[in-house]
This record gives sequence, structure tokens and C-alpha cells, in this order.
Amino acid sequence: MTLAATAIAAVIGFFAPSELVQHLTVFILSCFIGWQVVWSVTPALHTPLMSVTNAISGIIIVGGLLQAGTGGSSLPAILGAVAIAVASVNVAGGFLVTQRMLRMFQK
Amino acid sequence: MPESLLTVAYLFASVLFILSLGGLSTQESARRGNLYGVAGMAIAIVATLLHPRMTTYGLSAGAVIGGAVVGAWLAARVAMTAMPELVAALHSFVGLAAVLVGVSTYLNPGVELTGGAHAVHAVEIYLDVAIGALTFTGSIIAWAKLKGSLSGKPLLLPGRHVLNAVVALTIIGLAIPFAMAPGATALPYLLVMSALAGLLGVHLVMAIGGADMPVVVSLLNSYSGWTAAAAGFMLSNDLLIVTGALVGSSGAILSTIMCRAMNRSIWSVVFGGFGAAEGAAPAPGGPQGEYNIIDVDDLATACRDAKSVVIIPGYGMAVAQAQAVVASFTRKLRESGKTVRFAIHPVAGRLPGHMNVLLAEAGLPYDIVLEMDEINGDFPQTDVVLVIGANDIVNPGALDDPSSPIYGMPVLETWKARTTVVLKRGRGAGYAGVENPLFFKENTRMYLGDARGSMEKLVAVL
Repeated sequence: MTLAATAIAAVIGFFAPSELVQHLTVFILSCFIGWQVVWSVTPALHTPLMSVTNAISGIIIVGGLLQAGTGGSSLPAILGAVAIAVASVNVAGGFLVTQRMLRMFQK
Repeated sequence: MPESLLTVAYLFASVLFILSLGGLSTQESARRGNLYGVAGMAIAIVATLLHPRMTTYGLSAGAVIGGAVVGAWLAARVAMTAMPELVAALHSFVGLAAVLVGVSTYLNPGVELTGGAHAVHAVEIYLDVAIGALTFTGSIIAWAKLKGSLSGKPLLLPGRHVLNAVVALTIIGLAIPFAMAPGATALPYLLVMSALAGLLGVHLVMAIGGADMPVVVSLLNSYSGWTAAAAGFMLSNDLLIVTGALVGSSGAILSTIMCRAMNRSIWSVVFGGFGAAEGAAPAPGGPQGEYNIIDVDDLATACRDAKSVVIIPGYGMAVAQAQAVVASFTRKLRESGKTVRFAIHPVAGRLPGHMNVLLAEAGLPYDIVLEMDEINGDFPQTDVVLVIGANDIVNPGALDDPSSPIYGMPVLETWKARTTVVLKRGRGAGYAGVENPLFFKENTRMYLGDARGSMEKLVAVL
């Protein structure tokens, strides 16, 4: 396991462009943060956890915005706009339904 | 907006998203956590709108408003029993958005890349579209299964593992000509691959039985995160990478918790098939015998005499819409000074934490709703346990019968209480198709009928 990880790391280190390696660093460290943070979530709130992750994964809206805002009315811009619409459903729906659920939990 | 300022804004949003998930660690901080998430999203969107590449806003504004209205409408009207469907639908949207952004980025990359850098970027796009398409179709199937539009029975094609392997290898193989092609000339490869990845998503989830749906929804939650992370690599955007990694780990943890609670390995769930045959042929040597029936008056007396009552709800309670009457039953007993608590098995319901939301909606305070590990030791001191619409999670065969299909699964040890009363519609087996010896134990009483009607009668007598 450790050996395989070392081998993969070495291959990436030798051949991958430095920008990719930087993104990989951010990615791996974020996975560890996510792992730590989510284990501390109380099981009673696992459904709100799912809906709030629905909402924040709507962050893909950023990709749609960049594509729709730069391409005029070309096909890439239209694809981007559809992506924005779909991702906004996630953002609005996810945060609002989470808030609605969390309000129900009373002592 | 200068590039560095944009990066700092994205960093700020990333931190807010981490705090948002961290907020859910306690009930008190949970609502603040959600607001952190909203703030992070607002900062990310505003910063992106100020990006130097942005030239037009009309199209984007229309799309944002349209999507937000639909999202708000869904959030306001969804019934809490239908939360699993909503969550599955929202996973599919992340997948769809990733496919669209991926194809769009391929057609209009914004920067000119050549040689090795072009190939690396092409692979990033390819990966983003592949995971996105698989998440999209897989989540649609999960949504249809949860909704009941598709049967919960697993679809088992002959040679399905070989089929999956061939499709997966074809997807990997097509990446080579795609990455080698100059400019945006290899669109057909991308489209063929996304169709294949979509079919793979359909087939993988079709093969998974209804009893495993909570794990599947958690897994797709994870996939939707990895999709966002792949989009981050494609767009060289660390905010997407961080967010995707957070969501991806969250889904992975929920899947792990669900699998542990069912004593299944994640691979046996992913490759499906469980719950296919058991329904047709009950395990041989299964428990035989007669139910000890209890009527409403005797049950009311038992409740009046009890000091300590534990209620174990399952998805059957939600199906029968019995939460409200269970809540008024609980209030009645608590007013007369009895200890009433709820015991929640991790896989009760169709979504991690689903039962907690349903009980909260019915107005029950969250401090009397306990997890399996918190309450399992208390059953010997409990007078009456009411099992409402649950079956497999209270099956003693999971502990002492190695031939049981659910052997090894941790369960709520209700038979250690003085009396267990099981509310049950009829004599059928559980969702996983497994016979339950609890129903034939001498300290178990069966209270037959629809959960809601039965509880209404009980409350009326009390």
C-alpha cells in the first residue's frame, strides 16, 4: 500500500506539470480535512449533511458562469447557461431545504 | 478584479464551506453552519461575476434566477418522507452540470494549449465528463427506485460484471485518441464516451437491491463530490477542488457508516445483487411458530404500567404517515411521568438520519431520540418496547443465526426488554426479504394492523 502510494507519487512527481501537482496537493489535503470534519457530524444530522453537500456541490455553477459569460451566444455559452440553471437548483434547493429541516430540530 | 483577489475570495469561500460542514457537529451550531455555506456560495458567485473573462451577464442572470426559483419551490414543498428522492435528484443535477461544463470547456477552453499541456487538459475534461455522466444517470435510476417508479428488485443481467468491465475498459481506451487529437476535433469521442459512462451508471444502480438504497444514495453523494473536484482540475479552480473533496469525503463516510451498520462490504453493495433471491425462498430452518397477538386494551394497560418505554421506528412508520400520532402518544406518556425514548438504527429509513428528521418534523424533541450505540445497553431496564414499521434492524438472527442473510449486522437488542410489542401490517418478511425470529419470542407481542390506525386506536384508549 505504502509502496504503491510512493510509486504513484514518484511517477506524478517526475512527469506531471507543476500546476497539476499544485492542484493535487490542494485536493489531497482537502480530502483529509473533509474526512476529519465529517466524522464529527452528529448522526442525527446526517440528512441535513446530505442536503447541505447537495447545495455546496452546486459550486460547479462557477464553471457554468465562466463559460456562459465569455462566449456570446455560441454553443459553449448556451451549454454553460444550462449548467448554471441546473446548478442553481442545487444551490437554492439545497440550502433552503437544509434550513427548513434544521428549524424542525427542537429541544 | 485582480487575479489574486479572486483567489483570496475563493479561499474565503472554501473556508466557509469547511465551517459549514463543521457546524453540523452539534445541534446548536447547525443552523449557523448552513448560513456559513450560504455566505461562501454568495462570495464565490459574486467573485466569479467580477472575473476579467466575464463579458456578458444576461444569459447567466436568467439561468441563475430560473434555477433558483425551481430550487426554492422544490425545497418549500418537498415532504420530509420524500427527502431521499430530492437528494438523489440533486445529485443527478451535479452530474449533468459537470457534463455540460465539460463539453463547453472542450469547445471553448479560453486558453490555447499545445502538446503535453493540451493532452493533460483533454484528460481532465474527459474525466470530468465521465464521472459526471455516471453520476447523472446513476442518480436518476436511484431517484426512480426511491420514488417507486422502478422496482426495488435488482436487475441482474447475465455476465453483468464482464459487461461493466468491457464498458469501463472502452471508456479508458477512448481517452487515448481523444487526448491525442489537436484542438477541439475529437468531440465525437467525448460524446460516445459520455453515452457509455451514462449506460454504466444506469446498469450499476439497476443491479442494486432496494434494501441497499441508503448506501447507494450516500455513494452517489460521494460521486457528485468527486465530479465537482474533477471539474476543478479541468478549470484549474481550487475552490471547486476543495468543495468537491469535502463532499466526496462526506459521501464516502456516510457510505462507510451505512455499510458497517449492515455488515456489508462496500464492494458487495457497489456490484449489487443483494436481496434478489431471499424474497422468493425464505432461509431454510427459519423460525416457525405462532404470533402472540395483543389487543389494544392490553397494550394500553401495558403502557400505563410501564415506567420506561422505548420506541423503535422504521421506514414503515413513514410509509403509514404515523409520525404525528406517534408524537401525540409520546407526549401523553411523558405527561404522565414516564420515560419515553426513541432508538434509531443507522439504516432505519431510506437515507442516513432520515428517521431523526421525520421525528423532528412531528415535533418530538431531539434529546429523546438516541442512536443505536447509546441505547442498546438500556433494553434490560426497559418495560415496553414498541417496534413501529421496522423489521430487519430488530432481527436477533443477525446476532445468533449464521445462516441468516443479515448475520453479523448490528441490531437493536429489543428482546432484552421485558416486553416487545411489534406493530405490523401483516405476516410478510422485511424489506431485505429475511424472516424475523423476534416475532415468535415468548416476550414479544404482535399488534397487527396499519401503523397509523393502530396507534390512533391506542391513543384513543389511553
